[in-house]
Amino acid sequence: MNITYREAVRSGMREALQRDPRVFLMGEDVGRYGGTYACSKGFLDEFGPERIRDTPLSESTFVGAGIGAALGGMRPIVEVMTVNFSLLALDQIMNNAATLRHMSGGQFSVPLVVRMATGAGRQVAAQHSHSLEGWYAHIPGITVLTPATVTDARGMLLTALEQPDPVFIFEHAYLYAMEGPLETNPVAVDISHAAVRRPGKDMSLLTFGGSLWKTLAAAARLAQEGIEAEVVDLRILRPLDRDTILSSVRKTHRAVVIDEAWRTGSFAAEVSAVIMEQAFYELDAPVVRVCSEEVPIPYPKHLEEAALPSAEKIVRAVRRLLG
Amino acid sequence: MTASMTREQGVELLRQMLRIRRFEERAAELYQLGKIHGFLHLYIGEEAVAAGSIPALMNDDAIVATYREHGHALVRGTSMRSLMAELFGKTTGCARGRGGSMHFFDASRRFYGGLAIVGGGLPVALGLALADKLQGRARVTACYFGDGAVAEGEFHESLNLAALWNLPVLFLCENNLYAMGTALARHQSQPDIAAKARAYALGAESVDGMDVLAVELATRRAVEFVRQGHGPFFLEYHTYRFRAHSMYDAELYRTKDEVNAWKQRDPIVTFQQALRAAKLLQDEDWDNLNASIAAEVEDAVAFAEAGPWEPVEDLTTDVYSRTVGDQLSAISQTPSADR
Repeated sequence: MNITYREAVRSGMREALQRDPRVFLMGEDVGRYGGTYACSKGFLDEFGPERIRDTPLSESTFVGAGIGAALGGMRPIVEVMTVNFSLLALDQIMNNAATLRHMSGGQFSVPLVVRMATGAGRQVAAQHSHSLEGWYAHIPGITVLTPATVTDARGMLLTALEQPDPVFIFEHAYLYAMEGPLETNPVAVDISHAAVRRPGKDMSLLTFGGSLWKTLAAAARLAQEGIEAEVVDLRILRPLDRDTILSSVRKTHRAVVIDEAWRTGSFAAEVSAVIMEQAFYELDAPVVRVCSEEVPIPYPKHLEEAALPSAEKIVRAVRRLLG
Repeated sequence: MTASMTREQGVELLRQMLRIRRFEERAAELYQLGKIHGFLHLYIGEEAVAAGSIPALMNDDAIVATYREHGHALVRGTSMRSLMAELFGKTTGCARGRGGSMHFFDASRRFYGGLAIVGGGLPVALGLALADKLQGRARVTACYFGDGAVAEGEFHESLNLAALWNLPVLFLCENNLYAMGTALARHQSQPDIAAKARAYALGAESVDGMDVLAVELATRRAVEFVRQGHGPFFLEYHTYRFRAHSMYDAELYRTKDEVNAWKQRDPIVTFQQALRAAKLLQDEDWDNLNASIAAEVEDAVAFAEAGPWEPVEDLTTDVYSRTVGDQLSAISQTPSADR
């Protein structure tokens, strides 16, 4: 069955709200407006204002309230409209959500799920185009998920709600309108392992989130040139499934990491370091990164495209790597 | 002095203030001796606030406090032993020694810290209260913070949201006049803190935080208001810190005269005098109180000394729950060729 990514997120939240009375949703415009990306359309009527809570534009406080509600026995889903605004909630995320279990000597759990849109590509200029999931992956104590498929968009949310620790889900804004097959597996999806989305033997293309589809498009073009690229969807940035990365690289001996964030200090740098540390002698060539240019993402379409990774840039990087 | 107060009630309030004072005086000595490290923010001078307000709460109410929370944990009933051990950093501490002075936790007493980013506890308190409201429990969440927090955005966001959602939160502002070294009048255009709360449609009251009975009376009223479901309430306690902000502080920002003037209103001295005047305290009671607290403090120090350090092998336990930790180790051990 083909559904949109948006519908998949909505269906996951709806199922969670139906089956667990501890689950509630709060965030900016999740209720009467129906969600900025329409992921909670109709929820206010179906579940009522106690469980579908419109918040003021107070990111730090409603994320912190999510932490408190989780401590108090609820299973909050907090929607921070976009990653750009999550910067206003960083104190709560980093100093409270991520630390409380360890710092309290294991006395407290924070079973909180925070969802937010991320990424560029829609001509919304520099302040609404950030890709900061790699920053969040820096923080021990939280789990960072980047669903790229319809099945993951729905299933990762359901699995996240079963975790005793805070989980952050980054939904690439470009994907909401994408249609894809929803695998009707009744078992909640795994949030421990990366997935090989396209097998290949010549080259490992390692990516996540919105960049997965650009990478698959690049792999399809490379196949026409006789290059069999393997595409690995990391899916979970923390804790990172190193084994799947390493087994792919040990097979192909070449790696390109694709990440929509800026190159400097990017998650691609972390993936690259993992390969250097654990598979250096397997490599036939240096690891290559395809990332965004180091600029605030500009508004005009041609400049935005020039700033972001694209299938074309990935293909060029692979050709360069193969000499 | 309220006429209805029994001798036991009066002595208990005095005892709790004295426990805080002696615990912290000893902690300061132990800091100089190198037994305690890092930051150590003393509550000395402000004891009437914790001693008067916390008994107004029920056992299943929640407390969210700040980095100056020794007194709150002591009055809440966390053992002095486990608090001293926490200052030492031992596994027998109330947070297994991982938090130290600024991060006391006690799940069994619903004591949620010990949160050391100014203003950061308010949103968490809102969430605890929201959980109670959604689950139909008539519990109160008491959130302590200082006058410094009033300058933080989270203060304003939280007061607004608590009032908007009618949450059972009791905001307890310990106004000791200084955000570290910056006087209230130097960081607030409107230094009347209770007026700010009223602007967010909260009921608010200011009370003499050096008078333990006034604190208790006002807090009991406020707790009752919140528990009845009338929404949040805001109390401002006017109090004063006698010691440095942390252990090292040249105190260039206030005069000795000002400190001495406040010391004339020492909450322990004045309450002791009031109890004596009301014939509720004799010399013998005072001596017994001091002796028993001195013994409790020394016992706590011995307990802290004797406690073990956390083994380095346990460094990363409880970053995640056991389940996730097991998944992590499984990931690093499982061959993945089949995936």
